[in-house]
Amino acid sequence: MNQEIIQRLKAQFPDSIEESDEFRDDLTLRVKTEDIVKVCNFLKNDHELAFDMIVDLCGVDMYRPEGRFEVVYNLYSLKKKKYLRLKILVDEDNPIVDTVSVVWSGANWHERETYDMYGIKFKGHPDLRRMYMPEDFEYFPLRKDFPLMGIPDSLPLPRK
Amino acid sequence: MGLGSLQHDGFMTTRLDKVINWARKNSLWPMPMGISCCAIEMMATAGPRFDISRFGSEVMRFTPRQCDVMIVAGTVTYKMAKVVRKIYDQMPEPKWVISMGACASSGGMFRSYPVVQGIDLFMPVDVFVAGCPPRPENLLRALLELQKKIEKERTIGKLVHGERIHIPETGATEGASTSA
Ligand code: SF4
Repeated sequence: MNQEIIQRLKAQFPDSIEESDEFRDDLTLRVKTEDIVKVCNFLKNDHELAFDMIVDLCGVDMYRPEGRFEVVYNLYSLKKKKYLRLKILVDEDNPIVDTVSVVWSGANWHERETYDMYGIKFKGHPDLRRMYMPEDFEYFPLRKDFPLMGIPDSLPLPRK
Repeated sequence: MGLGSLQHDGFMTTRLDKVINWARKNSLWPMPMGISCCAIEMMATAGPRFDISRFGSEVMRFTPRQCDVMIVAGTVTYKMAKVVRKIYDQMPEPKWVISMGACASSGGMFRSYPVVQGIDLFMPVDVFVAGCPPRPENLLRALLELQKKIEKERTIGKLVHGERIHIPETGATEGASTSA
């Protein structure tokens, strides 16, 4: 099954898949950042694969000079009963990726969460507001350079 | 103050403060500010096994305007702190606060950026309850401690000297019911 996924993708997008990794029958693909929407669209609408559900979408801060952030997409195909993981790299200076909420509307809140925690912006997202933190909060708490106890006075308390 | 003396003479003497406090402490209506796991133990306290109504506090009200004591049961985040404070401000005087559990009292195990490290940073607290979560007996004990505290309060003196009583400057009579 894993080989079939790779073959079908490679036939359609010869340059988009940069790396593939298999661990205990779970397939992880690294996709070119610009091509993510294209690939996702294909994965969802292809009749053989039919990855019709986005289980999760999250960010990772690898804290390295090149491609500091990753965005991870966990997909599931109800038809094939198969999980698939996609990863893309995001630069620190220009943390903008295209939204996949146009493909699966379930990605909407996951992308908002990723934006809230890592500051990765999703281009074309219908409503990119913060998810957990107050809307006037200026920092991104899950970045590795954010102190555990927060930035003093960045979250005001009510007057005593 | 026992009722025994009433049987013989039909009257008794006491201080007005005492009568008022006696009435207040035995009918504390809680505001159940249950915002995480501690709230489950608070519900258990209200249930038949522990039965908070033995101490006159079974009337949990979900509107702050009818409450006397706010039981903050759970983890208070910075985002939630504004809401907790707002509900506290909406409770009429006299009012008291029980901070239930490690989270509300000190941030508990959540020593991190979103959690307020103790609700006494933004509102007055009368009794702290230890535990994660505290057992219902512990909450009942806090209630009894609060009752002891209320017994000693000056009630009439405060009224006369204008202490603590807060009268809003405007709109005090606005919105009073004019129903037909
Ligand atoms: S003190 Fe423990 S039980 Fe209570 S809210 Fe915190 S974590 Fe939950």
